Amino acid sequence: MPLSRRELIAVMLGTPALLSGCGAAPQLPPAGELFGQDFEIGHRIRDGFRPQPTADAWENVDVVIVGGGAAGLAAAWKLARAGCDDFVVLELEAVGGGTSRSGDCPLTPYPWGAHYLPVPLPENQPLIQLLQELGTVESLTADGAPMVREQDLCREPEERLFFDGEWIEGLYPSTGATPDDLAELAVFRQEIDRWVGWRDAQGRRAFTIPTRRASDDAAITELDQYSMAEWLRQQGWKSDRLHWLVDYSCRDDYGQSAERTSAWAGLHYFAARMKAPGAEHQPLITWPEGNGRLIRHLSERVGARLKLGRAVTQIRPTTQAGEDVVEVVTVAKESQEARGWRAKSVIFAAPQFLAPRLIDGFTARTGRKVDEFEYGSWFVANLFLKNRPSERHYPLCWDNVIHNSRSLGYVVATHQSGSDYGPTVWTWYYPFSEANVRGVREQLLRATWADLAEVVLTDLEQAHPEIRHLVTRLDIFRWGHAMIYPKPGFLTGRQRREARLPDGRIHFANTDLSGIALFEEAFDHGCRAAEEVLASLTRKGA
Amino acid sequence: MSRDFRRGSDTMSAGSMNRAPFVLLYLNVLVIATCGLVYELLAGTLASYLLGDSVTQFSLVIGLYLSAMGAGAWVSRFVLDRVVARCFIEVELGVALLGGFSAPLLFLAFARVDLFGAVLYGLVFAIGLLVGLELPLLMRILKEHLDFEDLVSRVLTFDYIGALFASLLFPMLLVPRLGLVRTSLLCGFLNAAVGLWGTSLLRPLLNKRGLNGLRGRACLIMGLLFAAFLKADRLTELAEEGVLGQAIIHAETTPYQRLVLTTNTNGFQLYLNGHLQFNSTDEYRYHEALVHPALSPLKSRQHVLVLGGGDGLAVREILRYSSVKTVTLVDLDPGMTTLADRFPPLAELSRSALKDPRVTVINEDAFVWIGRDSGQRFDAVVIDFPDPGTFAIGKLYTTRFYRMLRERLQPDALVSVQCTSPLVAPRSFWCIVGTMEAAGYQVRPYHAAVPSFGEWGYVLASLGPLPEQLTLLPDVASQLRFLTEDVLNGLFDLPPDLKRVDAEINQLNNQALVQYYDQEWGAWK
Repeated sequence: MPLSRRELIAVMLGTPALLSGCGAAPQLPPAGELFGQDFEIGHRIRDGFRPQPTADAWENVDVVIVGGGAAGLAAAWKLARAGCDDFVVLELEAVGGGTSRSGDCPLTPYPWGAHYLPVPLPENQPLIQLLQELGTVESLTADGAPMVREQDLCREPEERLFFDGEWIEGLYPSTGATPDDLAELAVFRQEIDRWVGWRDAQGRRAFTIPTRRASDDAAITELDQYSMAEWLRQQGWKSDRLHWLVDYSCRDDYGQSAERTSAWAGLHYFAARMKAPGAEHQPLITWPEGNGRLIRHLSERVGARLKLGRAVTQIRPTTQAGEDVVEVVTVAKESQEARGWRAKSVIFAAPQFLAPRLIDGFTARTGRKVDEFEYGSWFVANLFLKNRPSERHYPLCWDNVIHNSRSLGYVVATHQSGSDYGPTVWTWYYPFSEANVRGVREQLLRATWADLAEVVLTDLEQAHPEIRHLVTRLDIFRWGHAMIYPKPGFLTGRQRREARLPDGRIHFANTDLSGIALFEEAFDHGCRAAEEVLASLTRKGA
Repeated sequence: MSRDFRRGSDTMSAGSMNRAPFVLLYLNVLVIATCGLVYELLAGTLASYLLGDSVTQFSLVIGLYLSAMGAGAWVSRFVLDRVVARCFIEVELGVALLGGFSAPLLFLAFARVDLFGAVLYGLVFAIGLLVGLELPLLMRILKEHLDFEDLVSRVLTFDYIGALFASLLFPMLLVPRLGLVRTSLLCGFLNAAVGLWGTSLLRPLLNKRGLNGLRGRACLIMGLLFAAFLKADRLTELAEEGVLGQAIIHAETTPYQRLVLTTNTNGFQLYLNGHLQFNSTDEYRYHEALVHPALSPLKSRQHVLVLGGGDGLAVREILRYSSVKTVTLVDLDPGMTTLADRFPPLAELSRSALKDPRVTVINEDAFVWIGRDSGQRFDAVVIDFPDPGTFAIGKLYTTRFYRMLRERLQPDALVSVQCTSPLVAPRSFWCIVGTMEAAGYQVRPYHAAVPSFGEWGYVLASLGPLPEQLTLLPDVASQLRFLTEDVLNGLFDLPPDLKRVDAEINQLNNQALVQYYDQEWGAWK
């Protein structure tokens, strides 16, 4: 049964669609489109579609990278930096970047997904190198900390919250907080500080970006056995405001409520971005197009070796003239033309759940399963405004969050360019927390542009009553399998721990191998897989 | 429901009341109830708007209002039966007057009265008392004609429906479309209309004597409210005059700011969003001190950039130099740069500087403009932005802004910057100085006394070495009222009470200056 629009709003926003029947018919923007990833070819492959290339449609190459998202492009970047140029990157979609992709319009570029990085700590050298290439990191201090140029750091005012009918500074709902609320917030911060300062016997931190460098001490891995909400309860904290803040943070970074997010992941959000106890969070780096800026740079480095609109249908480890090779069979989405690459190594930089579907004999050889890998879906909307809504109270920020909304609020694309007046583009985010959409996922995936536009506007109307008169265009991107979901037990589980081990000449790189979806994790796995491949090529060369 | 409705549309028996459909009487109840709640919402909104702390203000206003209504209901028992109808009409007219004018009255009072709280809560109590009288009196009038059960249930039903109307209309229609002042006036008008209509509906219950007087008063009140509704903008101005303490001679709201010109015996004054920009009597001190240190010492001053300064007064000073070939002025607000067209005294004061053929006006946010590379470089730059009271202005005082400005400078160009008061806001002042140093400029801070502003601060800056001794061109010096060469060089002597204090560098990602400015001027006021 399809949902009525009113029911859809009720399901997605968790509020009865009050008054939607009263007064004039709700006004939708004059233009807009609903975009999404291409699932059709994926479903055909799942159903056995395996076109084979003719003999002259094969090429030999050192490395094939499967997937042109952040991890695949990072692997390519690392290979190119090491002087290995004989590779191709195969990407199903018409544009690269995965969930870090961006869009463009005459006014400003804007993000379609991931949109910031905290300034990396000195340990994260590869990422610092990338940011140096971009010019974002201008220099390093004596202790290796990156100095970021001013225009790439998030401009103040950074974030605000619509709470109790007005916009207030920051994300903590401070209006009317009791001394008990504030005391719990202070104790929470002390507890985070304790984790920031925590070191294991080998001197490793509890939480790091990338997560690969973090401690695997039992005191830390134990945190993955229960949810973040459970952890808060264990501390005895009852403040609704604190619970909201933590829940928002989990939804913001992982797309899931605190009840369904591992306490390890929840604490990672707060503790991995601080240099030392008592320090401020690392400042945020952002661009008008979000992490699309990083993707553009990486794509430029890869150049024509990035093959877009090409679906990988099969990955076959085999031998040729006594050499172990991997055959990668692809089909062009448009022309349906099949082509193959024979590679000395493959970097599989697609989501892990696709590995058994695409890699011949994967399960038999490795004995690995992937059913624990679960992914969240998202809606992202870009709203093109002819002017900004009138504001009282705290002014428009980069990040604007509506309290007790199931959306994550919106970021402002023109913020970093210093524009404070006139037309702008807002990017609005909505994660499907399983709890919200249980039983109606299919209907949600069938919702039309008009249905979803109504959801976006109804949400924003709470804080901006005149929003409908200002939006000239509203585009929506529906992301399926967008973000790995760090449910309790997954991070320390066997499936995730083993997933990054190579399968013969096939190496793995994707953010889902970390159990949390961050550009930094994708980038780290891409670099690591490239290093594994470089080492094996060198061994063979020698 | 339908049965109720039919019964409700029965007409009343003739006798002590004129014939009228019950429905219309219930409409009265509806109007009374709607207006009653709107006054309460208005007072709560205004209180939280003007005094802040919405939780406290709403609680206080609602509590007081409800208790006043209770008091009104209690008082109603002392009204004698024979005057109950007249009393009801008098109450309606009282509500119309007090409630209707409540919003404009409170705005004006906030500007002009010290004990604003007393006025606010007094008014809330008075309106509540009168509104509390309305329904008990009406029910006493109606009780002759209905069973008690019917009476109570119907009146209460419409009372609650009215409350629902008010609570929906107020946020969704009234405030967004009409604003607080007009909403209040409109409700007053409706109450007065109910009163006026009552004079005919309850005619048999009224003493003939004084009936016309009652009607006359009702019409007068409706007329007053209607006139005020038409003149609501003027009321807002009056409230501003109360805040500014001077008569307003011109006011307009642009998409960027509110421009208000006031006058007093000494001249006229320009306020942007309530902040004084200049006073025509002493602005020459401010503008001479802003412009001439940057222009006079230059060997070449063909191309000058002015950032802000949309009033044209800095440009007037720049145009005193015959060697200046072009002046480019970048100011956000076209309403500001064309103000002289609509306000002739400003054209006279600025000598229509912005109309000079050498001058090009660009209406754009200077931050966005300067980030775009035009390739043009300037010999001198005069920066006359408003004080850094908001983030949108604070960004124009950051290292990022000053670094982008470097790309627009000739190697030996001079830059002067207005930097708020070093006496009132020392950390703000020295924050700007330090920020320019961090952006790679040589700086010399200086100050001038401008009576309307007090002790004012500036910075003279350059990418190269700054002149130790500043000179004034004789043909320019002869036109000035404030500066001589000695006075000019004396501006750079900072007295001990303006000595340097520690301050952070102002960057886009900390906006330290806006916080300093807020603290320092907040403490001063």
